[in-house]
Amino acid sequence: MDALISQLQRQFRDHTISLYQQGFLDDQFTELKKLQDDGSPDFVAEVLSLFFEDCVKLISNMARALDQTTGAVDFSTVGASVHQLKGSSSSVGAKRVKALCVSFKDFCEAQNFEGCVRCLQQVDIEYKTLKSKLQDLFNLEKQIIQAGGIVPQVDIN
Amino acid sequence: MGKEKKQIDGGVSCLRRAEMNMMSVGGMESAPAPLDLEEVHVLAVDDSLVDRIVIERLLRITSCKVTAVDSGWRALEFLGLDNDKASAQLDRLKVDLIITDYCMPGMTGYELLKKIKESSNFREVPVVIMSSENVMTRIDRCLEEGAQDFLLKPVKLADVKRLRSHLATKDVKLSTGNKRKLPEDSDSVTITPPSPSLTISPESSPPLTISPHSSDSSSSLVEMFSSSPIDDDEDEDVLTSSPEESPIRRQKMRSPGLD
Repeated sequence: MDALISQLQRQFRDHTISLYQQGFLDDQFTELKKLQDDGSPDFVAEVLSLFFEDCVKLISNMARALDQTTGAVDFSTVGASVHQLKGSSSSVGAKRVKALCVSFKDFCEAQNFEGCVRCLQQVDIEYKTLKSKLQDLFNLEKQIIQAGGIVPQVDIN
Repeated sequence: MGKEKKQIDGGVSCLRRAEMNMMSVGGMESAPAPLDLEEVHVLAVDDSLVDRIVIERLLRITSCKVTAVDSGWRALEFLGLDNDKASAQLDRLKVDLIITDYCMPGMTGYELLKKIKESSNFREVPVVIMSSENVMTRIDRCLEEGAQDFLLKPVKLADVKRLRSHLATKDVKLSTGNKRKLPEDSDSVTITPPSPSLTISPESSPPLTISPHSSDSSSSLVEMFSSSPIDDDEDEDVLTSSPEESPIRRQKMRSPGLD
């Protein structure tokens, strides 16, 4: 069992490091981990889950607002949703999503329709990618615990 | 990964002693808990669910009781400031800190700040503004209006710990600070220790608070800390001094530990 635990721990460590190195996560995610303890062992997963639900809702709002078939595009409505997404992505450490929101916000302010549509597509891909990668990470955590091991603290710096 | 957080939009974790049927505050999650005068109670206001969950956790981890609401209006409702009629019928509501997001639909954090500072019951409660934008004019405006502090989002544990340690020095005053003066209060002891001999060590140890309930302990503490007669009317003077000028705050900066 020990060999399995070590292997899982190594995978967990590598996966975590790559998420930071590839810019998916920033140190706000690290901050969230500080808030997790034995009393709240799933805190990070819960918050991220809420964040992803937020993504679905906001992206749907943006898509609706960018739908030209219903009339003129209201860029301020799009911008409001982008602002909210930027805020929550910032709060959970979703670095790439946040960066996209920054560009997206600029396009909204410039009332650049093509730019907005492009950003919307990218944001959609980006949050789904992050969700999938984090799912892998949380699964590794679960497997480590189930195998009787301890989830390692990964030092990013 | 799809667990629903127990506290959803506008949910108010109830810490009021008064009967909640007097007002609806949108989705109470539990029965009123007995008011604990020794714990720091923070009212957190943010329209973002994710941010509310995070700030609530940050505050709980630093030993605060938290009530999180999703708008300025709900905050005013919770504080009993949402209508014109005198709220004297409500029991005392203990709020030691209000932390609010700046950018919110409807009522901004700045507008909420103004309303709190205009109220006689809550103007002494420190208000902290959070914002994702580092705009000097915005920060200045809030500080001018009486905000205690301005936090840049995303809020980190260190930020909240810092806030908490400032509150700890005021715990002794705050637990009496924003109580409304009801007739049955006349025999309760309020303690205001102007002497700077009391210092609280931040972070690890729980805050030292003086409970006015037990008359035995309070009289001995009164002897220890008070260098002036205990007088309800003196509350105002002690609390309106700005934290920077407060001797306790200055003292705390020099020696952060209790001897």
